[in-house]
Amino acid sequence: MTATESTEAATGVPFFLNGKSLTANKGELLIDACERNGVHIPRFCYHERMTPVGMCRMCLVEVDTGRGPALQPSCMLPVTPEMKVQTENEVTQRAQSGVLELFLINHPLDCPVCDKGGECPLQDNAYSYGPGESRFVEEKRHYEKPIPISDLVNLDRERCILCDRCTRFSKEVAGDPLIHFMGRGSETQVNTFPDHPFSSYFSGNTVQICPVGALTASPYRFKARPWDLTATESTAVIDGTGARIALQSSQDELVRVLGVDSEAINWGWLSDKERFGYESANSSSRLTEPLVKTGSGQTSDIGFAPIRWNNALARTAAALGANPERVGVIGGARLSVEAQYAWSKLLSKVALISNVDADLGDGIPADLALGLPRASIAETVAPGSVVVLMAGDPKEELPTLFLRLRHAAVEDGVSIVEITPRRTSLTKHAALSLHPRPGALGSVTEAMANGSFSGTVGGVEGSDLQAAAELLGSDRPVTVILGRANLAESSDFLRDAVQSILTIAPNAKFLPALRRGNLMGAFEMGLAPGFGMGGVPTEGGCSTEQILRAVVGGQIETLLLLGADPLSDFPDRALAAQAFDQVTNLIALDTFLSSSSTLADIVLPAAGFGEVDGSFLNIEGRLSPIQAKVTSKGQSRDDWLIAVGVAASLGADLGFSTLEELRIDLSANVASFSQVDWINLGRGDDGPLLDSTRDWSPEFGERKAVPAVDGYGLALVVDHKLWDLGTLVQNSATLAGLPEKAGLALSRSDFEKLATEEGERVTIETERASANLVVTIDDSCPRGTAHIPFRLPGFDVGELISVSSPVTTIRVAR
Amino acid sequence: MVATNAYVPHAAGYVDNDGPKIVTSRFLHEDSYTLVRALATGGYDGLKDALRRSPAEVAGEVKNAVLLGRGGAGFPAGIKWGFMPPVWPRYLVVNGDESEPGTYKDRLLMERDPHQLIEGCVITCYALGLNQCFLYVRGEMALAQERIAQALNDAYAAGYVGKNILGTDVSIDVVLHWGAGAYIVGEETALIESLEGNPGRPRLKPPFFPAAKGLYLKPTIVNNVETLANLPWLMVNGADKFRSYGSEKSPGTRMLAISGHVNRPGVYEVEQGVVTFRDLFYGEQFCQGIRDGNALKAFVPGGGSAPWFFEDQLDLPIEASEVGSQGSMLGSGAIMVMDETTDIVKACLRLVRFYARESCGKCTPCREGTAWEEKVLQRISDGHGRPEDLDLLLEIGQSISPGDYPVASFISEDLDPVPFPPKQTTICPLGPSSVAPITSAVRRFRSEFEALIPKSELISATAPTVGPDAVEQLEVSK
Repeated sequence: MTATESTEAATGVPFFLNGKSLTANKGELLIDACERNGVHIPRFCYHERMTPVGMCRMCLVEVDTGRGPALQPSCMLPVTPEMKVQTENEVTQRAQSGVLELFLINHPLDCPVCDKGGECPLQDNAYSYGPGESRFVEEKRHYEKPIPISDLVNLDRERCILCDRCTRFSKEVAGDPLIHFMGRGSETQVNTFPDHPFSSYFSGNTVQICPVGALTASPYRFKARPWDLTATESTAVIDGTGARIALQSSQDELVRVLGVDSEAINWGWLSDKERFGYESANSSSRLTEPLVKTGSGQTSDIGFAPIRWNNALARTAAALGANPERVGVIGGARLSVEAQYAWSKLLSKVALISNVDADLGDGIPADLALGLPRASIAETVAPGSVVVLMAGDPKEELPTLFLRLRHAAVEDGVSIVEITPRRTSLTKHAALSLHPRPGALGSVTEAMANGSFSGTVGGVEGSDLQAAAELLGSDRPVTVILGRANLAESSDFLRDAVQSILTIAPNAKFLPALRRGNLMGAFEMGLAPGFGMGGVPTEGGCSTEQILRAVVGGQIETLLLLGADPLSDFPDRALAAQAFDQVTNLIALDTFLSSSSTLADIVLPAAGFGEVDGSFLNIEGRLSPIQAKVTSKGQSRDDWLIAVGVAASLGADLGFSTLEELRIDLSANVASFSQVDWINLGRGDDGPLLDSTRDWSPEFGERKAVPAVDGYGLALVVDHKLWDLGTLVQNSATLAGLPEKAGLALSRSDFEKLATEEGERVTIETERASANLVVTIDDSCPRGTAHIPFRLPGFDVGELISVSSPVTTIRVAR
Repeated sequence: MVATNAYVPHAAGYVDNDGPKIVTSRFLHEDSYTLVRALATGGYDGLKDALRRSPAEVAGEVKNAVLLGRGGAGFPAGIKWGFMPPVWPRYLVVNGDESEPGTYKDRLLMERDPHQLIEGCVITCYALGLNQCFLYVRGEMALAQERIAQALNDAYAAGYVGKNILGTDVSIDVVLHWGAGAYIVGEETALIESLEGNPGRPRLKPPFFPAAKGLYLKPTIVNNVETLANLPWLMVNGADKFRSYGSEKSPGTRMLAISGHVNRPGVYEVEQGVVTFRDLFYGEQFCQGIRDGNALKAFVPGGGSAPWFFEDQLDLPIEASEVGSQGSMLGSGAIMVMDETTDIVKACLRLVRFYARESCGKCTPCREGTAWEEKVLQRISDGHGRPEDLDLLLEIGQSISPGDYPVASFISEDLDPVPFPPKQTTICPLGPSSVAPITSAVRRFRSEFEALIPKSELISATAPTVGPDAVEQLEVSK
């Protein structure tokens, strides 16, 4: 390092901006250095989270690096020592105004009817830097408008200024290169290829970053004007990532969700589920008043009648208070941390109910989520680290996390070791991709730990095991993304795998891949069997599976559903159905009538997304605020208020009657929350990462026996798709049609044994059920496995799953 | 001249002259493209000479020869070769995507003497320690592609290319790649993009200087076909002999492709800095005068992108720095001659339309600006111009190429020339190239444009707007 270099590293790079002496950070782009020093340079193509391309030429400024002044795009130019920059002189102004005039010659002046009008960078820059009048008298370019390039996104090509933002995003950030430049010169246009719609899970981001109104989202198109919108910052509660969002409403209705650039979490990106899922909050199917079941009790004769809140609360209190041992509580992941605390306090301190589980048997056991050393997202994707993926496809389950992981693997040299039942969206970026046969996860990781690398173990080659063991055993930091990759496989194998991985990499940290909203918050608040508030182990308590079994066995007769739909979400459909058939009292707290709450005796309407204040604990343990933007629908109430009401009906006082009092109480009673600054939560930062160290560790116990391989059958792999029959997707008008039909996917070799053509129907059979499904070839399935996604239209794969079998094997015939 | 068995006096564009021949010595043989003919006339002797020397010596020889790039920019090849950082792998890319309007010299080099080019490639790779060369040939040049492919096969079979060349431990592969037909791919970074399989769109320099971040973001030398064709002769005859031809600043010869209104258009190999434009246009062994004895109106000295020259520049020696200081460029050596009968507005429109159609569309000023220029010119040409359109054309030019645009002086105006090159708001020089014909033509022949602009207020009132409808209306009202 030379003397100048070392000074630069210490003090920054000196440069002159409009004659003023300033310093830039080493390697900082001129456009960023100017922005940081209060000088905004207009831009269209430049976006901080994407590679600069220098295409729009809007950010040209006059730069002198010692060889005379020249116009340079400031987005492509790192500041060099003693660089002299003029952003406001005549040369720069003439260049910028010239570029704007050229942009506008073919841009339609339809701002009054354009959704972007009022928040349009082209409009703003035209006012600030443009020539004022057009000298273009020829005919402008015309295209058919708009063309839907996917179910969610529309393209008005004549508005497009060809800045390469959307195309770059889809190629570089999302890895779904589905929109491209076509043609050349002034005939260049952005478009999709025929029969290849822009069906990316991240398509909505292109609408947000489009600097003109060329890309518009169907849910928002012609809905509102930007100046009529008010906004508040909040957190996406759809999955455990907890992406930061801005909620926008007009006339007390949510109309748009935008991604907020949070360094720690989502970098400004959102999945389309997080972006457009708000539609469900406006759905006309929302529950607006407390309901009581009417009719004979026969399924064919179920009806509901509205009742008053105090009656509903009294009946709920009566059902919960009667016999605590005979009550089971399922759910709570939809609730805010505050509501989870209120319910947890009600159940544990007032009603003395211990059979509580927020997980529906489709996540990971609470002790693993709470008790393993936790990694933050930033630690997980830190350059040079090793990530072990033992979870479902992140693109389907935690899409914004997927973007961070993809970036880490592609740009930052993070090695991904995949130990999953089938290939995921990260496979092509993974250093190693191991696919143990269902049931063999424990034995495969054990072989890695023991160094038995000869032959194959559980369908994995010894050489791959060795390579994985070497990567995990290296001195690079290791993070395990731990989730449920296969609903048709017992989570006990996951426990064995964790044990083995900790032998190879004792300092490994874990990031729980919890797909279900605020499940981490629910666990932390004690809505988990065997755990009290703050992750403190307690005695007793049944898991969801045990609760359902107890209902079937007659030991539990009252079920309370905290926003949960076990009848659809619990993997074992037969067990859930039997339990719901037999339960005496069913009380549901929900925003919609789900298949479970439809059967309830009492339905309590809860305020939904965008209607409540509170906070959210994401998978890394970061607490961020959820904010109310609109009034809650009808008589629906905040979840925590319902808990307070039930407590009152039981003659108890939870000790709080406002959210502020609740938070004080929460901080006083849960150690990890004692330092939370509730008033400033998430203001100007990403929210605090709460302490997740425990004075206990998960117990691993006996290793589970590897189930025998059924040579005549195929091991079933069931996982989630982003678009499914979930309540949120189905109540969002534009998303409801997106789930694909359920089908059976097989490896090529298994397929060829059974069928001759894709799309043929085959019969599948287990001890439980049989079905007739369309079969396709899927190279992501290893030989001997069959893949059917969970909760898709056409077939409920839960009918095949039995939680008592460690793996589910199906027989397939023509 | 070597005795030939099949003498082709004047065919396919090449015209012989009495000057020294460095790259066209084989051109008059009918079978000049075959390995047999190449070997019978000293082919691959340069390679043998090079292999006897160390790579550094070979590179030094090229540096001493001051071999200027023949593609357009005229940068010394020997110095360019020294720019590569110590990063491997590295590549040699040969730019055979000759598509500058008026230029057809590389086509002849590739069609008539592919072995000379291949030999040049191998010598370059040897000098730079490279073992991979990509020969990128313009998509439309089918004959060149065929002949290079055949020559490569023969050269591989004969051991001049491939593993252990001529028994040495030097191994060099030459890969022939065909373009898909885009002018802009002649620009080196766009050529690299195209070679990588992407649409041919230029990259921004900096940071994408090919010598540092070229093909697959590795150091890459991009040389023109003619530049490399000089190397076999240079190896055999040495730098001193090379420098004895041409001028001090620009040694050696250049191939000039003359088209337009001269009596004998064609490709000539001439000594640089020795022959003047007047010699070339009127000389007996060159073009033999303007057609029909007409007067010269204007000429383009270096391809469609070059600002125009006029009678005042006729006595300028044909040499890059002389031409540059007088407000244009020698560029790729394509000279287009326009006599007094030329419709300047149409000529200008034709050139501008070329740039508008060939703009890749990557950056705004070129994409929108060239198309706008074409529309305005078309309108003027159609008789629907407005008085302010001429200044508008120059103003659009200012948005693409700000500041004083290079122009030649002419005595009647008593103005100094503005030297080359122009400034640019664009990524590559394509956009600014479209400004050249406009600036040149409008400045010198403004009255010819004005003559097309309707004077009568009546007509401008009937055509307040433009476009197809307006044209129709006008025609109906006539």
